[in-house]
Amino acid sequence: MSQAILERLKERYEDGVVETATERGDDCAVLKREILVDVCRFLKDDADFAMNLFVDVTAVDWLDRRTPRFDVVFQLKSITKRHRVTLKVRVDDGDDAWVPSVTGVWRGADWFERELWDMFGVRVDGHPNLRRILMWDGFEGHPLRKDYPVAGRQPLVPLRKSEVHVFENNPVDPFVVGLGVVREKSDGDA
Amino acid sequence: MATPETARDPLDVDDLPMEPMVLKMGPSHPTMHGVIELTLRLDGETVRAADVEIGYLHRGFEKMGEVSTWNQVFAYADRLNYNSPMLNELGYAMAVEKLMGVDVPERAQFLRVIASEISRICDHLTCVGAGAMELGAFTAFLYAVKAREFLYELLEKISGHRLTVNYMRVGGVWLDMPDGWDGAVRQALTDAAGVMREFHKLVTRHRIFFDRMEGVGIISQEDALAWGFTGPCLRSTGIDYDIRKAHPYSCYDRFDFDIPVGDKGDNYDRYLIRLEEIEQSRRIIEQAFDRMPGGPVVSSDPRVALPEKGPVYNTIESMMNHFKLVYDGIRVPPGAVYSFSEAANGELGFYIVADGTGKPYRVRVRGPVFAIMQALPQMLIGGMIADIVPTFDGINMIAGELDR
Repeated sequence: MSQAILERLKERYEDGVVETATERGDDCAVLKREILVDVCRFLKDDADFAMNLFVDVTAVDWLDRRTPRFDVVFQLKSITKRHRVTLKVRVDDGDDAWVPSVTGVWRGADWFERELWDMFGVRVDGHPNLRRILMWDGFEGHPLRKDYPVAGRQPLVPLRKSEVHVFENNPVDPFVVGLGVVREKSDGDA
Repeated sequence: MATPETARDPLDVDDLPMEPMVLKMGPSHPTMHGVIELTLRLDGETVRAADVEIGYLHRGFEKMGEVSTWNQVFAYADRLNYNSPMLNELGYAMAVEKLMGVDVPERAQFLRVIASEISRICDHLTCVGAGAMELGAFTAFLYAVKAREFLYELLEKISGHRLTVNYMRVGGVWLDMPDGWDGAVRQALTDAAGVMREFHKLVTRHRIFFDRMEGVGIISQEDALAWGFTGPCLRSTGIDYDIRKAHPYSCYDRFDFDIPVGDKGDNYDRYLIRLEEIEQSRRIIEQAFDRMPGGPVVSSDPRVALPEKGPVYNTIESMMNHFKLVYDGIRVPPGAVYSFSEAANGELGFYIVADGTGKPYRVRVRGPVFAIMQALPQMLIGGMIADIVPTFDGINMIAGELDR
């Protein structure tokens, strides 16, 4: 079944599919970055494929071994059809290290894409809230890159002061009144 | 005596400050199952907005994996979901075996399934027990922990450890079961079931427990799928997706068991599903013992298995093989695979990349809770602050596999 996915993708996107491979039962299509979101939407909406579960996205850093440097690897799955597929996008270091966000297709890609940015420094274009997720704000570098030292240490974070918290999914325009107390702005406030 | 005009009448509620309040819950809080931080915007007692901040227990599993040998990663895998270490080990072992094309002997498969299901029961017991405790039923928690203790003793007998078991190896398991272990398992399961019947009587239809769980933390089927839910949380919405049935691995296709599903997607459904899965795991273990085959417990493939002691002492080839396996580790041929299994909380995936050396080039783990935790704000918003506790427990967040 998953073989059929690869065939169908090659037929539909022609040059957009760089190569396809089946390794130990895993079907994988290497895509050009431009068509990634379109392919995802197609795989999700097409009744034959119905990839309704976003499983994972991660990257592999091929520092000094391959160019382009990163493989960004997506795992998709259909719970109704009980099949799955792997998609890969190859991106290079520096300005080229970005992939488009698929959060518009599966909301669940949100944290996984934040982790991709946090751990590998691969930017996710169009992500609604691309912040670090496992590391803290102010962390320098991206720890799962091969050139980040295993025993790398960074200075301790200073004790946090009272701060303004802007909520992600219910944004208001708050300002701090006291420690941790937030008041919404009203017309009377300057 | 005249009252000054500025004095506040304590009974005049219109005069009370009405600003929404921001509350930081965690990172260290008695009902948090690990260190995470919730930032809540409260309107009275109603949650209006919530953010989740994770990463406090990040130990760099994936980075450490890159500097360990393939077998050393098992010790780290134990510490992902520390309530059910066997399930993590099984997931990782299957990934390496898939990449190498190693066949695992029958008896090892059965032992793996039995150990995994014992771990699954431990995990569910912890979840329902801690959930009851956080709602005030401390006694019930002790019942669940008592039942869990019977099972930890079994894991100790087979692996030497209660929690971080380090039992599985690429190609099989470390040791065969000790004499009389099957009897001990059956006895412990019966004892645990007896304790859980009491737990069930104490908790399941308890008025307070029921009212606080039922209809709380609801998530719809569409939302659950969109967020990437798997495991009991997905099944509580009515989707009968269990990897043990959908993509049978190891020897799960030979056992007869059912997948419980819910219909509302609330905390009470998730609680009942976990209780029922404990029963189903018990069925699997009993069937496995009934059909337990003989034979070796680790593959004889010289690429992964240490040779027998006799040849090691008497032949140069075996000694060299032993030496290479210990010093360089298993050599996995270059390639990449994604392998997945049903852990206690859902799909546990390992994406491993090998470059032909004795160490993984990349070990990626997809913890089930990572996807589920994204939806926590959605499940909390609109509810009361007290509902956070049962909803958070129903997800069964384990910081070890969330932050890795």
